[in-house]
Amino acid sequence: MSEPNKSEPTKAPAAANSRAATKKELPEHFKGYKHVWVFVEQERGHVHPVSWELMGAGRKLADKLKVDLAAVVIGPTGAATEQAAAEAFCYGADLAYVVADDLLTHYRNEAYTKALTDVVNTYKPEILLLGATTLGRDLAGSVATTLLTGLTADCTELDVDADGSLAATRPTFGGSLLCTIYTLNYRPQMATVRPRVMAMPDREARPAGRIINHPLGLIEDDIVTKVLSFLPDRDSAKSNLAYADVVVAGGLGLGSPENFQLVRQLASVLGAEFGCSRPLVQKGWVTSDRQIGQTGKTIRPKLYIAAGISGAIQHRVGVEGADLIVAINTDKNAPIFEFAHVGIVTDAIRLLPALTEAFRARLSPHSRDRIAS
Amino acid sequence: MHIVVCIKQVPDSAQIRVHPVTNTIMRQGVPTIINPYDLFALEAALALRDKFGGEVTVLTMGPPSAADSLRKALTFGADRAVLLTDRFFAGADTLATTYALATAVRKIGDTFGAPDIVFTGKQTIDGDTAQVGPGIAKRLGLLQLTYVARIAELDLAARSVKVERRSEGGLQVLQTRLPCLITMLEATNEIRRGTMADALRAARAEVVTWSAQVAGVEDISKCGLRGSPTIVKRVFAPSPRAEKAALVEAGDAPADALINEMFRRQPKLESELAALARGY
Ligand SMILES: Cc1cc2nc3c(=O)[nH]c(=O)nc-3n(C[C@H](O)[C@H](O)[C@H](O)COP(=O)(O)OP(=O)(O)OC[C@H]3O[C@@H](n4cnc5c(N)ncnc54)[C@H](O)[C@@H]3O)c2cc1C
Repeated sequence: MSEPNKSEPTKAPAAANSRAATKKELPEHFKGYKHVWVFVEQERGHVHPVSWELMGAGRKLADKLKVDLAAVVIGPTGAATEQAAAEAFCYGADLAYVVADDLLTHYRNEAYTKALTDVVNTYKPEILLLGATTLGRDLAGSVATTLLTGLTADCTELDVDADGSLAATRPTFGGSLLCTIYTLNYRPQMATVRPRVMAMPDREARPAGRIINHPLGLIEDDIVTKVLSFLPDRDSAKSNLAYADVVVAGGLGLGSPENFQLVRQLASVLGAEFGCSRPLVQKGWVTSDRQIGQTGKTIRPKLYIAAGISGAIQHRVGVEGADLIVAINTDKNAPIFEFAHVGIVTDAIRLLPALTEAFRARLSPHSRDRIAS
Repeated sequence: MHIVVCIKQVPDSAQIRVHPVTNTIMRQGVPTIINPYDLFALEAALALRDKFGGEVTVLTMGPPSAADSLRKALTFGADRAVLLTDRFFAGADTLATTYALATAVRKIGDTFGAPDIVFTGKQTIDGDTAQVGPGIAKRLGLLQLTYVARIAELDLAARSVKVERRSEGGLQVLQTRLPCLITMLEATNEIRRGTMADALRAARAEVVTWSAQVAGVEDISKCGLRGSPTIVKRVFAPSPRAEKAALVEAGDAPADALINEMFRRQPKLESELAALARGY
């Protein structure tokens, strides 16, 4: 990613001006680069949903460019990898490049970098999208450096402009501004997008399309790094913030870690996940996997309740995809009321317990029976 | 053992403000800090040095004023600091940054001894890409271990290292060979304050300063803005939402009033919530 990573970050806009007009004729050897690709990320037999979110975004780019959309599936031989490729067609892929080899059972940078780089060099995509996950970022950085091409990280919007270049928009300056970045004279144009930033496209049952198998061309002895074991998170089933339907979050306005329990209690009654703003993580009140926002998780729940959160831009970008944003804040001028749908100006420390009780009463099967009768 | 830690001096972005009218960045008086994530990498390096002996070299690319961050790293206990500074580096994107840093790590190896491990933080708070570490590794032909939560074992004689790496849903336990590049996850260790002796040493220490030429950069066109394949075309403010929140009057039963408004807005919400609350 170009601009915020500059050694002199605050100089970026000036720098932009000096280079903005330097689109040269694309070098001859890049002219064969066509099509939009999405890297389908799977780990331990499970496709990360960000892959399908990207497939939705990739489909739009491909349609605009009037080219094919392809999935790249890398993994062990067998059902999981075949299933991932089959799913890719249901989410809009026209074809799939598959590198299946049992050396790819676990993610290892060396093997995956070789697999993806080889497929790119052989079949030459114009645009290559990956999820900005731990796996995707590990892989994207190595692949882009190997290919000596541009990589725009954590994009929030992807588009193609009139001359067909990828316009990748991402936050800059600590999230206060957005910038649009181009990779004009290099191919492929690479971008990563965080989970939940793009909407999940509808799945359409469709028969498998064209699959192009590509060999890995490695033996185990070629790969130095060994996976010794995997230690699953104890509460991994529980911590599903990014994909939760309902999220209740608290901010500094709650005043103390004890008061944050009020957020957890409401979340528990709603069968929701709980989250927080960044200062709470920095204070150590809540673990970092619960942070919502630009440097935390992006969420797209049906309902988001924010208690004692001011609504700074870095928080806002993580929650804007929510269907209904409800804000509780003592300050009627708090920025959160600029983008929440429903708000109440009151003390969250007093309202949260009442809200928990009111929801408990209204959502219990008992009360529903009463309503029904 | 020789460890190189790449750090970055970043604006304390919590204090960056955008001018409300002109949408330009108000730069004045924004203090700079060592990228917070890099401190976990520095601490991991110092802990290994304390255990196995050897030296820690901190490296940064930046303007001359980035020497402040290097000096700070020396007060934490780093043994040596190298500043890579040259106007040719200005405006570098991740690819150009990794070219310059990899060149400097090579030169550090030639000058002070080949590193066994190169550390970086998991990402910076200003660029946020998490891609400079992998890029440096690739350029130097090092094995990479990203998002490392713990260095479980280091066997210098066998040239092997075992780590726990954060991945989706758990930790991968990986073993690889030295030399390698490790990007350290946040909150993995307690960052030391440094001793009085370190502070005194840091105050007197010389920061080794290299220009592109001195560092051995072979192709200046691969540095800075010129060497960056990505180009920033437009910087703009996010558009405001047209409508403000509908404010519910608190009244006597504010919880019920709020819930009523939520259900009125989203008629399906009540049944969806009921299903969730029942555990579907
Ligand atoms: C590079 C960068 C990245 C960042 N990333 C993130 C991120 O990912 N996520 C994130 O959240 N932030 C992020 N931030 C921080 C962000 O800018 C804000 O500082 C942060 O979101 C503020 O948190 P807050 O709203 O909890 O606290 P505050 O801004 O202190 O707001 C507290 C709010 O609570 C209200 N309040 C006080 N008492 C009560 C009460 N009793 N009842 C109800 N309301 C009350 C106040 O009116 C106020 O609006 C980032 C900043 C930077 C620079």
